[in-house]
Amino acid sequence: MALLDVKDLSVEFDTKDGTVHAVSGVDFSLDKGDTLAIVGESGSGKSQTVFSIMGLLANNGRASGSVTYNGQEILNQPDKQLNRIRAEEIAMIFQDPMTSLNPYVRISDQLAEVLMVHKGMSKKAALAESLAMLEAVKIPDAKNRLNMYPHECSGGMRQRIMIAMALLCRPKLLIADEPTTALDVTVQAQIMTLLDEIQKEFGTAIILITHDLGVVADFCRDTMVMYGGRVMEYAPTVEIFDAPTHPYTRGLLQAIPRLDIETEQLNAIPGNPPNMMSDMTGCPFCPRCGFARERCSVELPELVQASPTVKRACHRPVDELVTEEAPA
Amino acid sequence: MSEPILDVKNLKVHFDIRPSGAMPWTKSRKLKAVDGVDFKLFPGETLGIVGESGCGKSTLARAVIRMIPAADGTVVMFGRDVLGMGKRELQDVRKSFQMIFQDPLASLNPRMTIGEIIAEPLLTHFPKTPKAEAQARVREMMEKVGLLPNLVNRYPHEFSGGQCQRIGIARALVLRPKLIICDEPVSALDVSIQAQVVNLLKDLQAEMGLSLIFIAHDLSVVKHISDRVMVLYLGRAAEVAPAAEIYANPRHPYTQALISAVPIPDPHRTQEPELLAGDLPSPLDPPSGCVFRTRCRKAQAHCAEVRPELEGPEEGHQVACHYPD
Amino acid sequence: MVIDQTKMADLADNLAQMDEVKGRSLWQDARQRFFHNKAAVGGLICLTLVVLFAIIGPYFAVWSNEEIDWAIIGNAATMGAPSIANGHYFGVDDLGRDLYSRVIQGTQISLMVGIVGASISVVVGTLYGATAGYFGGRLDGAMMRTVDILMSIPYMFVLILLLVIFGRSISLLFIGIGLISWLDMSRIVRGQTLTIKNKEFVEAALATGVSSFTIIRRHIIPNLLGVVAVYATLLVPLMILTESFISFLGLGVQEPNTSWGALISEGAGTMQYGTIWQLGFPLFFFVVTLFSFFFIGDGLRDALDPKDR
Repeated sequence: MALLDVKDLSVEFDTKDGTVHAVSGVDFSLDKGDTLAIVGESGSGKSQTVFSIMGLLANNGRASGSVTYNGQEILNQPDKQLNRIRAEEIAMIFQDPMTSLNPYVRISDQLAEVLMVHKGMSKKAALAESLAMLEAVKIPDAKNRLNMYPHECSGGMRQRIMIAMALLCRPKLLIADEPTTALDVTVQAQIMTLLDEIQKEFGTAIILITHDLGVVADFCRDTMVMYGGRVMEYAPTVEIFDAPTHPYTRGLLQAIPRLDIETEQLNAIPGNPPNMMSDMTGCPFCPRCGFARERCSVELPELVQASPTVKRACHRPVDELVTEEAPA
Repeated sequence: MSEPILDVKNLKVHFDIRPSGAMPWTKSRKLKAVDGVDFKLFPGETLGIVGESGCGKSTLARAVIRMIPAADGTVVMFGRDVLGMGKRELQDVRKSFQMIFQDPLASLNPRMTIGEIIAEPLLTHFPKTPKAEAQARVREMMEKVGLLPNLVNRYPHEFSGGQCQRIGIARALVLRPKLIICDEPVSALDVSIQAQVVNLLKDLQAEMGLSLIFIAHDLSVVKHISDRVMVLYLGRAAEVAPAAEIYANPRHPYTQALISAVPIPDPHRTQEPELLAGDLPSPLDPPSGCVFRTRCRKAQAHCAEVRPELEGPEEGHQVACHYPD
Repeated sequence: MVIDQTKMADLADNLAQMDEVKGRSLWQDARQRFFHNKAAVGGLICLTLVVLFAIIGPYFAVWSNEEIDWAIIGNAATMGAPSIANGHYFGVDDLGRDLYSRVIQGTQISLMVGIVGASISVVVGTLYGATAGYFGGRLDGAMMRTVDILMSIPYMFVLILLLVIFGRSISLLFIGIGLISWLDMSRIVRGQTLTIKNKEFVEAALATGVSSFTIIRRHIIPNLLGVVAVYATLLVPLMILTESFISFLGLGVQEPNTSWGALISEGAGTMQYGTIWQLGFPLFFFVVTLFSFFFIGDGLRDALDPKDR
């Protein structure tokens, strides 16, 4: 049985200007110790997907479908039931650590409180455990750090504290929502190395949400590419990077300038991100796709098993084109 | 090479920081945001400035165009001393440089239409421009940056981030400047849009013969667009070199760490990033000697005593390190 | 990517043939949101009715606000109740004067006080606050300390003293209210200016070389107006309340003129004799107007605050 099983997950938001379909029909599953990257640009629905899993949607949001954790349905469950799972089984870290750390409470108290509430530990034991966890996330001088307030730490240090806090209850699943986007590259490298070590040491399954394909390549076993609220391609990372067959994935990979390869002109994807307000009939990527045909604009491509390992939603995947006709 | 259009020498920017709970007579502390930076920019060239947050790259750019007062140094632009000139002369020089900002939406006044925004520099410097001519120029610029000219009466919030950045670029180009300072112009944009904007900037540069100062924290983008790259650390230049050279053969330990930390979208890559120890030191209290020595794997006693100066051939590979590779 | 370029070119051609598209400004957006807010629209309608009452009301009056109905004087409690027949629609006051005319007159004065006070605060407060906030530094310090000093004066006490010394007069009342009303506004505007000043579009204007005055006028003030509008609508009822309080003390407008405060004060004084209408009518208009302003202010805030979307 999969640790986390997401089936046909959709998220809608009611706004004054109409309904926004943020996520439509997302399926994926995660086993114990798996690493999955959800990649997409802003507005692709990657964050809303996990927010709905965690029951953290904004008030005007509605989620439908099914999310089971260890066989137990957790989508749209009452907070009371979710709270236990949220803290002890699934933990989440955010882009901006300050949003989840209380600026007026010492780090020691914030960490210890989690353990005291969820594990019923005594304050003393909780503090000892917190210290051990801060050391596990390689915070130098952890003992003194415990007595500080969050604002006294640098961005990278705060993110480490967040990770320590998330790991306190030894969750089986860690969801990291753009954990390094606000950080500098050197700090990003530190944090990603840390996450990698933690994943190996604790055997935690990790869902990494990011827009940075570089981070994904180093870290995740599977990659799910989202666009316009839909899954475009879902495959082992190696295959996605070696032979991207979905035009969007391909475009995305070609659009980033690379340090290791010399490029004269970047292959930009033309056009603008989709308007999530309008009801799309065809493929959401169709207006920006260089391979699109008439069919793409009227018929929504289903996410199908394209090869034993690759799932893909596209009428005109690149690998078929190569055999059929060379794209102009 | 021809005459540089911009020649910056020993530029320093200091901020007075008042410690919390200070009395009026307490001496404020000096934060040396930029501490003695030299560089030259030649016509048609792109100089990339990279560094992590807090390294002073934005401050440096703003001090060059006198948006922030410099504490010391000289800035010679088009053969004129920018820091010493009077208000009227500065206004005159301002026609020939413009700036592009990081947040595409925030850099556009939400209460003005696109047409008004793009025309603003034109009408500021040439208030007597006939309306029809100004309109024509605005439309021309919109076409140049890939916006449909019939959108002139729209407001910024009706555009996506990438389009807003195009509007910002159109505004910067309307006076046909020679120098554009781009302060993290693509950092806030999505990957696919980022490439559009970078390509646009490159094309425009070739077409209009612009010189660019391109500030970014993303080394891959800087590598792609720049002719030369300057790496800043704590307000000082660590290394300056032609772009291809600095990435192929970084000599400063900081540059090496920075480059190795950039994630590469290649799952087969086995090279582990070189991790820097610790945090950025406080710029209020920078280390003595070489500012990077506290995190440097090659630091020796000598590094704490003597501050390394940029050394190497001008226009070539310059590095500020006692023990470069 | 040839396919794509032709497609884009086609698209561009199609669009180019279209006329210039009219944009939807933030104001238009806000107006639309405002009119979707039922409470705010209700407030606006009520307020319009009150204003119409103050303007058109006099044409239907049979009695002026000074005339004493000698037939009723002295018997206000028994004969002075509201009646269509004798032309006293709202009844008469204690001295036998027509309450309908007096309420109209009071409404005019009270609304005037509110609007003049709020206008002074908008004009003076915005300019003062924006200047202080934009230039910052010493000028800001000096200007805001002045505001602090003025604020620390117990203005109600001073106002009452002024009215006692120089005699009751409506112009003195206007001056007194105008003097203090802009202080809060200037503080709010200064705070907002500090935020807007650091926005990149102001920086962009600075880099271009736009003059300070133009930056304030073109970039700062239009972006302030939302907050100013909200605060001004909440300020009008405050001004009306201040005036009413002073009039209630018997120091406001001079007889035979009146205001809501004065009318309520009189009505409250005679309540025990069973002439409840003398309190009821002015109080009704007073309360309706205040509620309307508050609802409108609330609606404006929701409409103008883009974060609430």
